[in-house]
Order: sequence, then structure tokens, then C-alpha cells
Amino acid sequence: MKVLKLIFKNSLRHKLRTALTILGIAIAVLAFGILRTVVTSWDEAVKASSPNRLITRQSVSFIFPLPYAYKDKIANVEGVKSVTFAAWFQGVYKDKNQFFARMAVDHETFMETYDEMIVPKIQIEAFKRERSACIIGNELAKMYGLKLGDVMTLEGDIYPGRWDFVIRGIYTSKFKYFDPTQMFFRWDYIDERLKEETPERAGWVGWYIIRINDPDKTAVVSYNIDILFKNSPAETKTESERAFTENFMVSIKALFTAMNFMSFAIVGIIMLVLGNTMIMSARERTREYAVFKTLGFSTFHMVGLIMGESLLISILGGGVGLAITFPMIAGFEQVIPKNYFPSFELQSITVMLSIIAALLVGIVSAVFPIQRVIGTKIVEGFRFVG
Amino acid sequence: MAAIIQVRNLFKSYWRNSLEIPVLQNISIDVEEGEFMALMGPSGSGKTTLLNLIAGIDRPSKGEIVVAGTDIGKLGESALAKWRSSNVGFVFQFYNLIPVLTAFENVELPLLLTKLSKKERRKHVETALGIVGLGDRMTHSPKQLSGGQEQRVAIARAIVTDPAILVADEPTGDLDKNSAEEILTLMDRLNKEFKKTILMVTHDPNAAEKARVIRHLEKGDLV
Repeated sequence: MKVLKLIFKNSLRHKLRTALTILGIAIAVLAFGILRTVVTSWDEAVKASSPNRLITRQSVSFIFPLPYAYKDKIANVEGVKSVTFAAWFQGVYKDKNQFFARMAVDHETFMETYDEMIVPKIQIEAFKRERSACIIGNELAKMYGLKLGDVMTLEGDIYPGRWDFVIRGIYTSKFKYFDPTQMFFRWDYIDERLKEETPERAGWVGWYIIRINDPDKTAVVSYNIDILFKNSPAETKTESERAFTENFMVSIKALFTAMNFMSFAIVGIIMLVLGNTMIMSARERTREYAVFKTLGFSTFHMVGLIMGESLLISILGGGVGLAITFPMIAGFEQVIPKNYFPSFELQSITVMLSIIAALLVGIVSAVFPIQRVIGTKIVEGFRFVG
Repeated sequence: MAAIIQVRNLFKSYWRNSLEIPVLQNISIDVEEGEFMALMGPSGSGKTTLLNLIAGIDRPSKGEIVVAGTDIGKLGESALAKWRSSNVGFVFQFYNLIPVLTAFENVELPLLLTKLSKKERRKHVETALGIVGLGDRMTHSPKQLSGGQEQRVAIARAIVTDPAILVADEPTGDLDKNSAEEILTLMDRLNKEFKKTILMVTHDPNAAEKARVIRHLEKGDLV
């Protein structure tokens, strides 16, 4: 008879209670794993922003446009390697509930600036040749069964009217966190039509994307760009792409912060659940622990028995939870639209945190029962009536 | 014969809130090696408390307890636990077996604290269960045993480490007449055949008759 066998037999004394506790821990670890994956996937997407790209936008708000004429002025700022621009088009493709990014871009420079996109040279040349051309992500093509030469018709809202684009390029992402569901078309195609239909709206872009030579000079270059347009009707705010992405998603960030908090709150809750189970077990076995002490079992043995049982339950729960988490996350990745989470993977840090959380739950939950058992004198233990 | 248990000027009080409740007052008693002593007295007379103090599972308020040459009042908690495991065997009124363990495993428990090999432990356990007549019940769990059998397993657990002293607190208190008689016969055998010093608390005169010495306690005093 080994002590481990005793721990095992003790934990199976109330099979239903133990099973429910293990299930509770498993579900908590699963929830923890999913929430952490959401948070880490978002973090990774933000971190994937290039360190040598800056974004210049209207200082009041991202939704206000900037004059096209700023392009050359920005290009002349010291430290700037190249400048491109984009404008948010929005519009509706087939179903207004289906969201993916649709942007009008500078066809001459945009693809070179975003080298995360892998597009065959021949397709880029085709995009540059044809005004109504567009380039789409491979996942978007897969979603709608699109191929080169197909026409995508958008119903404009910010830019009213019917807009037809011919697919001349399909990009794949060099990095897993780059959104593979975007659609890019030529800004000059849009601007020309605006000149005809609503001339006062022509000549404006959404934001500028600037490549810099040295990422360490982000602050200086940003300052020098913004100072150029100080006191103009369209003052600018320049920041790193990462800061821009974070600010752009500020409302979502609050949600992710809440998720982050929730993931750890779940660990706290399950700690209380297992703690309660262990306290109940220790209380029920008060006389038995008195017997163990009487027979000569030391404090160390008592700690081992209680901690062992608590850890056994938490490790089983954690193991079951992790075993469910892997296929669940894999399933989610298939279902979640790629434009929300280009990559939704269970990261090793999340697995590590789940294991640590399960162990921590086991250890902390045993503290109060251990304290109670150690603090109870043998004679008090024998007098105890549960 | 030499006294294996020497109790001198022993006092024991319990505290309830700020109220001191004296239980034992200036007790001095010697128990000779190989003796079978019964401690009798009405409820609340302090007999179980005296037994607990001699067995080292409670601490005196004042006084000296020397058992098998060791002043147990001077031992720290872990040393006292170690001392108990090798010097004293315990038999309780309600058997106090561990319900999830078999008879064999219950008897083996005290041996887990020794350096004996698995094979040696098995030999010891089989011997102890054989002495109490339960060699054929080794794989039974406590709930598969009668009260008398449970108490015999408890006695096997008490003697498996071959301690010099056995302490028994109302060992027949929860048993029917026949089972009680079996237990008392067994204890008598342990005393006579195996030379165990036995200190038994009981309020049953029939049980006390088995002992060679009977001492009475009343309101914390030996009379």
C-alpha cells in the first residue's frame, strides 16, 4: 500500500463530488484557454505591425480625410523612405452582414510598402495597368469562390454608386497574422469618378503610410511630418503603425482587457470551488486525520496527503481541460472569419499558463484544509462530530 | 518489576473561553511493565484524559510523564509523533479504521513510517492479523466487517509495530456482549502471551475484571 494509493482512494471517496470538481476545473481551463487565445491572437496581430511604418492621419479623427497634395511634402521629410496612401471604401459586397476590408490604395506604391503580401509580379503589373483592377486575399477568394478575371461588384455607401472591380491579383500572407481577407483597388479609379460626380470630394485620401529608414527615429520623423501641416485646415497626427492599430481598436481593446481579466478571474473562481471541496473533505475526515497523527504521521505527511489529493484533482481537471481545449481552438479557427483573427492558435504560453493555473489551483486550494488539520489537536479531532 | 509508566504530580486543565476547567489534579501513578491496568470512573472523571496524556496525544498543564524511560513532556511535536509510532499502540472505542483501506492496508499504516521493505511489511501485517484471528479477512474493507472484527483489525494495527504499551479507550464500548468478550480475551492474551503492558479505560465492570489492576478516578483524582 503506497501513500499515492491512499491519496487516490481518498479522492475517489465521493465519486460524484470529485467528478463534478474535475469537470468544473476542466471547463475553467477550457474557458481560460479560449479567452487567452483570443487575447494573444489579438496581441500578436497588433505586434505584427511593421516597426518601420508610420501612419499619418487627420489629427481630429481617423474618419476625416487628408489632401492628396500632402504626399509629396511628406516624401521630402528627412528619414522618409517612401510614402503611400489608402482610403477606407467600405461598401457592400453581396451581403451587408459579411465584413472584410475594402480599400482604395495608391497602385504605384502600396504593394511595395506592404511586403507582407505575396503577389506574383505579373499580377501586380496587371493591377497597375488596369484602372478597375483589384487585388484580393486568398482567404477572401476562397470564401466567395473567386478567381482571377472575376468581377466583384460593390454597392458604395461612403462612395455611392455601383462599382465594378476585376480581380487581377490574389495575395497570400507572408505572416500568419496578416489579414488574408482584404480587398484593394485603385484610388485613382475612385477619384476620377468623384471628380465627375462630386468634385468637392475628389483629391482626398484616408491616411498616409510612410516607410522610414530607421525605426529608432519614429518620434523625430513623426514630429517633422506633423509640424509641416501645423495650423493648416487638415492638421495631421503621425504615429507608429502599432500605435495606430491600437488606437484604431481602442474600443475593442477594452473588451480584450476585460477578457484578460476574466480569464484570470475564472482561475480564482475555480480555486474557490476546489478549495471548498477540499475543506469539506478535510472536515469530514477530521477523526481520520487525528488517527493518522496518533499513529505517528507527521505534519509533513498530513500536508502530503491533503496537497496530494488537491493536486491530483486539479491536475486531472487541468489535463481534461487542456485535452478539450486543443480540438476546440482548432475548431474555432475553422469557424472564426479570418478578417477578425487571421490566426487563432493555442500558443505554448497559454498551455503553460493553463498548466500553471491548474497547479496553482491545486496548491492554493489545499492551504486552508492543511491549516485546519494541522491546527486541530489530536484530542479535538477525536471529539469532532461532523 | 520496574515501572514502565511513571506519572508524577500531573495536572491538566482545559480552557473554555476564559474559564479554566480542571480535569486532572495532582495525579501520580506507576504502571509496571507487563501490567494490565483498568482505569475506571464515571463520565468526566478524567480517565480518557489521563490515558491520552500517557499515550502522548495530549499535553499536560503541569507534571511529569515518563514512559519507557522517556520524559514525553520534553519532546517536540515531531519527536513525540515518532515516539508514539514505535512505543504505543492505540485501540479506540469506535475502531477508527480508515474506510477506504482494506483490513490489510489499515494494519499496514503504522509500518509505512518504518524502513521495512514491502515484503517485511506484509509479513508483519499477516502476523498481526493472524494473532487477532483475521488472517482470512485481509482484503475486506471495514464496512464488510462486523464491529467485533473491526475492533480486532484495530488491535492488529495497534500491535503491528510491536509496541511495549497498548492503550485502549473503551475498547468494548461499542460492541455486543459476545464481541466484547472476544476482544477482552484477545487483550488478555496480548498481555499474558506477548507481555504487552495494557492500560485500558472502561466504565464496564465486566471489562475491568480482565485487568490485573483496577484504578478508580473521580473528579480528576485517583481514589
